[in-house]
Amino acid sequence: MDQFLVVFVDGINYAAWLFLSAVGLTLIYGVMKIVNVAHGSFYSLGAYVSATVVGLWFRYGFDPYLSYLALFVAALLAGFVVGPPIERFLLRYQYDKDEVVILLITYGLFLILEDVIKLIWGVDPYFVSEPYELLGNFEFASMTYPSYYILMVVLALLVGLTLMFVLKKTQFGRMLISVIHDREISSAMGINVGKIFILTFGAGCSLAALAGAFTAPTISVTPGLGVEVIVLSFAVVVTGGLGSMAGVALASIIMGLVRAFCIHFAPELELFVIFSVMALVLSFRPRGLFSLAESRKI
Amino acid sequence: MTQQISLKKLTLLALPLLVASPWMPQWMLFMVTIAMANGLVGLGLMLFLRAGLVSFGQALYFCVGAYTTGLISHFFKFNEVLILLLLSALASGVLAFALGFLLAKYRAIFFGLLSLAFSMILYGLLAKSEALGSTDGFNIPAVTLMGWLPPSDLVRVSILWVAFITVGICLIFINGLIRSPRGLLLTAIRDNEIRTEYMGGSARKTIHLIYVIAGVLAGLGGAIAAIAVGHIDPTMAFWTTSGEFIFITILGGIGSVLAPFLGALVFGVIHTLAFSNSPNTWQLLIGSTLIFVILLLPDGLWSLTSKFKRVK
Repeated sequence: MDQFLVVFVDGINYAAWLFLSAVGLTLIYGVMKIVNVAHGSFYSLGAYVSATVVGLWFRYGFDPYLSYLALFVAALLAGFVVGPPIERFLLRYQYDKDEVVILLITYGLFLILEDVIKLIWGVDPYFVSEPYELLGNFEFASMTYPSYYILMVVLALLVGLTLMFVLKKTQFGRMLISVIHDREISSAMGINVGKIFILTFGAGCSLAALAGAFTAPTISVTPGLGVEVIVLSFAVVVTGGLGSMAGVALASIIMGLVRAFCIHFAPELELFVIFSVMALVLSFRPRGLFSLAESRKI
Repeated sequence: MTQQISLKKLTLLALPLLVASPWMPQWMLFMVTIAMANGLVGLGLMLFLRAGLVSFGQALYFCVGAYTTGLISHFFKFNEVLILLLLSALASGVLAFALGFLLAKYRAIFFGLLSLAFSMILYGLLAKSEALGSTDGFNIPAVTLMGWLPPSDLVRVSILWVAFITVGICLIFINGLIRSPRGLLLTAIRDNEIRTEYMGGSARKTIHLIYVIAGVLAGLGGAIAAIAVGHIDPTMAFWTTSGEFIFITILGGIGSVLAPFLGALVFGVIHTLAFSNSPNTWQLLIGSTLIFVILLLPDGLWSLTSKFKRVK
């Protein structure tokens, strides 16, 4: 029984991480119909920015507990500084192209950003475990876990609930939903679609950076960080149904638990199992768990 | 839009290279061989692109081809290159045939991402299997050509010749295919699948067919690459490998069966030069080239050839 509790705690922690990493991707796809491969680069960007910020924060001896706030703000800033110009000056002119072509453009961006990050931060790893160690441990079902787990889960819940609130309850969210359903009619009704797009892209990129920033203290920050994250995010988002927020949440939980189960009982299947879940779900529900109906082109 | 190539033209193109090959420096022989292997994968992706599909998992068959060759030569000590190539093609083809039943029903982004999932499944399996060297992979012994073991100074040349002959056969076959009614259906499927079906063409069968063909081509490419490099590892199935193949195909364009090979050669040159000069910025170069080609040269480098041709 205890072992299942361990699996459960590990699974929820991993699910929180998956959700944070993937939610920006589904937001951007839902609104703009862009599968953004550069999402992985924004994750790395967040991690590197976080490494720098935490490094400086502790060197100058600011209040260590406020470092989480610094991480949060730095990640949001990084996403909003780098993301919107990409939308405004490159992607904006490509919307009449095929989804797959836009995907290839973002793949090009991904390759460029990977090297830009290397040029700025170098290729040596960064270690910033201070925020991770600061919280200490907690006990649950006679096992000790780092309290950072709780922080990740709380952050994921916070992000999820905020997004839900913005989408369902605010004017901006309602405009967003109308743009998701019909870009042209929304624009005819007076919604500034260009503004919605640039904000959504910025928000999606910031979410990726946020995930990277809060993961950075738990890992060594090295080049190529985003390469793995982007395929995992794809797996989660596609399994949940591209563009569906609830889908991402459910898919993260399923994959988090399945992976934790595998790590405890059959560690050699760790990577295999996530993509197997994706392939399995797609074979029975070709558009993912929660998918919007789509009209066919005659 | 398709330029037809004749057998004569093909021989004219390949002959100077074949004749010059014994005098080429070793690195160039290696680069051209790898370009041929990548070009074969690109040739399969070109068929997909004609039908409006992009596969992000072609590395799956590349890796299956490479591992088939690797496993047979490593564990069974059997290293006759022509048989190895055939078996690799067969293994990839059988897998593609099986997965094709599922994938032929998918379009657009879902086709790409589901194929990505399958290649990552193989990566995940290989990276964790210690018997096959985990992420380090293993070495492949030297191969024989019809019982003849080439001396060390002729190894690269002989592999290049084998690659050339394989590529030549594939080119003739694919060139015939894209001009056949089945091949012409591909463009029709891209333009409008429902109308194509009304005319009596089966989109599912056509896509299944090219899926198997592309799988076989990628398997051959993987086998050639494995023999040329002499080492295989699971990154051959990783998604970034698929990304490189897509880059090659987009760079070359879909105007001719030769286009992917042009793309692969240019990629090889960029890779060799940029990687040795500045390893930290070569992806930047590849990424910028990709965006540049998509925006300014949507039909790829091959479209340049027709711009300089006189109008007949």
